[in-house]
Amino acid sequence: LRSEPKRVCVAGAGVIGSLFAGYLARVVDVTVLTRREEHANALNEGGLRVSGRGDFTSRVAAATSPEALPEPDLVIVASKGGDVESLAARLAGHWPGATLMTVQNGIGADEIVARQGAWPLLTAVTFMSGTRHADTHVEYVLDTATWIGPSRGTTVEDARAVAALIDSSGLKAEAFDDLRPAQWSKLIFNATVNTVAAVTGLRHDPHFAALDEPSDLGFLVRNLMDEGKAVAAAAGVTLDEDPWEMNVLATQRGHRHAPSMLEDVQAGRPTEVDMITGSLVREAHRLGIPVPLHEAMYSLIKGREASWE
Amino acid sequence: MKICVVGCGAVGSLFAANLATLDDVEVWAYDLAQEHVDAINRDGLRLTGAGEVIGRPRATTDAAELPPCDFGIVATKAMHSEAAIGATAHAFADGCVATVQNGIGNEEVLARHVERVIRGTTFPAGKITAPGVVQWDVKGDTTFGPFEDKPAPFEEVQRLADACTRGGMPTAAVADARGPQWRKVIFNAATNPLGALTGLTHGRVCERPDLRRLASQLVTEGKAVASAQGIVLDSDPEELIDYAARPEVAYGHKASMLQDVEARRQTEVDYLNGGIAEFGRKLGIATPTHESIWALVKGVEASWNQ
Repeated sequence: LRSEPKRVCVAGAGVIGSLFAGYLARVVDVTVLTRREEHANALNEGGLRVSGRGDFTSRVAAATSPEALPEPDLVIVASKGGDVESLAARLAGHWPGATLMTVQNGIGADEIVARQGAWPLLTAVTFMSGTRHADTHVEYVLDTATWIGPSRGTTVEDARAVAALIDSSGLKAEAFDDLRPAQWSKLIFNATVNTVAAVTGLRHDPHFAALDEPSDLGFLVRNLMDEGKAVAAAAGVTLDEDPWEMNVLATQRGHRHAPSMLEDVQAGRPTEVDMITGSLVREAHRLGIPVPLHEAMYSLIKGREASWE
Repeated sequence: MKICVVGCGAVGSLFAANLATLDDVEVWAYDLAQEHVDAINRDGLRLTGAGEVIGRPRATTDAAELPPCDFGIVATKAMHSEAAIGATAHAFADGCVATVQNGIGNEEVLARHVERVIRGTTFPAGKITAPGVVQWDVKGDTTFGPFEDKPAPFEEVQRLADACTRGGMPTAAVADARGPQWRKVIFNAATNPLGALTGLTHGRVCERPDLRRLASQLVTEGKAVASAQGIVLDSDPEELIDYAARPEVAYGHKASMLQDVEARRQTEVDYLNGGIAEFGRKLGIATPTHESIWALVKGVEASWNQ
């Protein structure tokens, strides 16, 4: 990034993408790249309404193809994890001057984008959440931060510029010299808590930290996290937080959070297991670290998805 | 000869109805379901499907009515063994008691209440379709042998096996019944929970290569625990898994544990994966996959109360 971005394109307008688009449009020009024609038309006609922690409607210019949009300084790649590859392929050959930032769960989304073009890349992980009520209406629920770090061809200065822009729009962001310690902590936590919740039907509650009886879930949770930690260590990453301690703390707070994979399974929707557990397992295979329990959880979730067919 | 079937669900009913067709055997059926017991006493116990049988055992919900019996056949769900044998043990003061239940650890429970125990494994299956009526889905063999810690005399084991065989339930008496039992336990522990945790039928679990590999991991751990006890399996559970996956056998069958999970009933996982994990722990054999699967199924059960 040569300077603070003036023009941002949000590619993929689900919950996270809509929140970025709605807020950023208050401070810079925002375009939205959608998959569906009617989604783009609705945004062009009615704008994008934000409710919840915000209450405003933003003007955005939307289209289903990059040719129809002006070249941005920054592209926020905000699709679901499984759609990153096809989205990046649609961007291939376009916007050589733009910096692309991935915000998916798991790790490796930036590497998938890297294979489709020579853009400078930032990698981010977001903890904010919302609810999508319509193509043109998103509710901002949890105002937790987005963490941004350099990936290919960028520095922490670029991460800071984007974080400052996001901050100025009303969302929260933080720049990191190296995002991997935070990203890996979250990945190990999510790959464990999401899959165990989805397979058992349990919300994230004290069962996940119980270590009294041999059949208590805490042992499985800890073993899954230990496998993940071994992969992180082999990748040369020092975690910023211990996932087991994150787990114990979260279960002590008394709020029984329903992880998104549990909600997906209960609704009979495809899950993000490929991006979350899948990315951990792929990294483990690359590094030669055995992860039999994560493979088992992956197989069980994929089996559950198949049971709806 | 007097035989009391303790727990007259689907499998118990198969034994009770078939044995009751023999002239030289007086069959009692002890069960807590009043409607089922009343129907049996009124209309007899009827089997349909793989065999058409009407037997007339004497059924009761009151253990105090049971006469002294030569044999007991315990067929409750594994988690009800303790209560069932505790209530009926007086009837077997001079008799022998066999288990035809799923899982491992049932003989140990019986041995806390009675003196002569018969280790047993049975493959026939069915389901209760109405009070007094049981659909017989699968025919199969039963194996009996003396339980090592509190053995029944081998002649008595043979006498019970002979009665079952004559009644239409082919049964072998063997000196060491652990091989067939562990083969079945390993088969069940490797396949039932995968169905229960995914919602897939047996055949669909087996046609997914990663789930089939997971089943093999469970089989391998189970075999190691069996072999550490000197148990020789009578055949390879892997063969049974692939055989059962055939369309004409049990491709579309929902494992009993999946049926339990769908009905939100407590499962038998403590006696399957839990049993293998506990034996493994005592023997110093690692069973990380069984322990994980055990915890997941217990987690499913816990989610119903959340």
